[in-house]
Amino acid sequence: MKTEKLTTDILIIGGGTAGCYAALTISENSDKKVIICEKAHIKRSGCLAAGVNALNAYITEGRTPQDYVDYAKHDADGIVREDLLLTMSERLNSVTHRLEQLGLVILKDENGKYVTRGNRNLKINGENIKPILAKAVEALPNTTILNRVNVIDFAVKDNRIQGAFGIGIDDDTFYTIEAKAVIIATGGAAGLYKPNNPGFSRHKMWYPPFNTGAGYAMGIKAGAEMTTFEMRFIALRCKDTIAPTGTLAQGVGAKQVNSLGEVYETKYGLTTSERVYGTVNENQEGRGPCYLRTEGITPEQDESLLKAYLNMAPSQTIKWIESGKNPSQQNVEIEGTEPYIVGGHTASGYWVDTKRATTINGLFAGGDVAGGAPQKYVTGALAEGEIAALSAVEYVSENDISPIESSNIDSHISEVENFLTKKDSHFTTEQLEEAMQSVMDSYAGGIKTNYRFNEKQLDIADYKIKQLTELSNSLYAEDFQELMYIYELRERLTVCRSVIAHLKARKETRWHSFAENLDYPNKDDKNFNKYVNSRFENGEIKIILRDLVPGGKSYEHSN
Amino acid sequence: MSIAINKQKCVGCGRCRNVCPGSLIKIDESGKAYIKYPKDCWGCTSCIKECPVHAINFYLGADIGGMGSMVHTEKNGDILSWIIEKPQGDTIKIDINQRESNKY
Repeated sequence: MKTEKLTTDILIIGGGTAGCYAALTISENSDKKVIICEKAHIKRSGCLAAGVNALNAYITEGRTPQDYVDYAKHDADGIVREDLLLTMSERLNSVTHRLEQLGLVILKDENGKYVTRGNRNLKINGENIKPILAKAVEALPNTTILNRVNVIDFAVKDNRIQGAFGIGIDDDTFYTIEAKAVIIATGGAAGLYKPNNPGFSRHKMWYPPFNTGAGYAMGIKAGAEMTTFEMRFIALRCKDTIAPTGTLAQGVGAKQVNSLGEVYETKYGLTTSERVYGTVNENQEGRGPCYLRTEGITPEQDESLLKAYLNMAPSQTIKWIESGKNPSQQNVEIEGTEPYIVGGHTASGYWVDTKRATTINGLFAGGDVAGGAPQKYVTGALAEGEIAALSAVEYVSENDISPIESSNIDSHISEVENFLTKKDSHFTTEQLEEAMQSVMDSYAGGIKTNYRFNEKQLDIADYKIKQLTELSNSLYAEDFQELMYIYELRERLTVCRSVIAHLKARKETRWHSFAENLDYPNKDDKNFNKYVNSRFENGEIKIILRDLVPGGKSYEHSN
Repeated sequence: MSIAINKQKCVGCGRCRNVCPGSLIKIDESGKAYIKYPKDCWGCTSCIKECPVHAINFYLGADIGGMGSMVHTEKNGDILSWIIEKPQGDTIKIDINQRESNKY
């Protein structure tokens, strides 16, 4: 195994939406040296791979950033950080204009004004949004992109970031990267729970299956404070293809109907979790399947939808074409996905201040790994990348490298070598991954139990996830790609443990489906109108309940 | 979801291999691309858009209702064409002007 040691001012882990924008921001505001570690290739990696056909977070004319805060707060039934949402919302429009300058096509009217969809959305041609962003990053001076370098752990000493360790899956190299500051932008965690259609088509074009919760897991292991992992995200999606439904619901005004043709969405409420819960309930009570009512839309709308989905989730268009019926001729069946942990949709992630500083000195977070600010979507992730970048630039002007001890490097090399040495294990990484997904599905509120759980089940889940973590120690990797798969599994197991602990700690049901605890079926504002946070200490997850940060106030780290 | 790579057409340029967000595509001993981990493909079609000789097709798995159509893209200036070849032989082409936005 080759080893390489690199040094930089700022290390960005993850070259997706937030990470790329952070690199652009650093370059525009300083001459600091940047390394981006990307596990694949920045041209199409992360959430924007196939494209996106709307920007869902924009402050339209007559609206204010505070309106966006209020919307996100309502959707999460109060458990958000208003200070984070506001600082994000204030930047949504400037990052949008920057994207347009870089080449993104945004729909405008005859007066040159953006055409809006509802109160918060813009319509775009975003098929090439990631290549546009990547091209701008590739042209930056002082920025080195390490494609196919998968970061496996932070180096932290006395709660101060020193850099990170990574494995190069193309060059079979172990990387030690020292940095004055680190921006974590690895996205959320998919693949914790058993998916719909777990066989050949286990992965679908929506949330990247390659976002394995690496950033969460590294933060947890390093003792960072994390927040709101119990607010899982379950997406209401087109059945089978898991294609997004917003273009149907908001774009052509399709209502949710059951098999009797009744509009049921108004019965349950219109927040994100209520839309999922209503669908689950209609099915359970014998009125399924459920649909988005597209029958009767115009041929022009049909044609536009076929194109819109090709620019975002091509499989849905293929499905329409293969069935021989356009959406105007058949309603689109919908279902919930398996639960994800995604800080861009819900409030899960690092506990940060308004500078996006985590509780580890010198470590900043942006995008899906950063907690407290749901409904980020693309522009919110860009805005957080920008804030994290500006904070990191400020930090590195005042702080030097904290060298990584050779003993720490050696112990990480030895862990990697251990996985590359053939052992007498009967299990493969894939087998343990399936086992993990089954455990989460059965005992931690997966699709199998209609997303519901009780404490006894959570205890079983915790026990079994710990067992699987033990078993993962003896896995064997034939090459560096398989080595990455072992680390990805272990990241997911680490995140699973935290999710289970958080689900158990919120002894109420505030959000149906997202965190539906059958032992506590009602909302308990007296005790749980709070953040559930956690910190990993001496091998155990310590739960910390924190009071809500009130509107108009900013939270600051006190240590 | 997954892709099929036509080895006869593949020129071994490696662009699909480079762009794949899952690092799922590798080059075999004869210098041709193949998908090493077909079950990990999520259907993003990044590789298809990179391929200079249209050697890669995308299809829906039978488990999610796929009927066997093969899909690839061709790019001409601002026009991105999606070509869907149905197993019965008929072909559907959808042209998208990349300078024009989604309307809904």
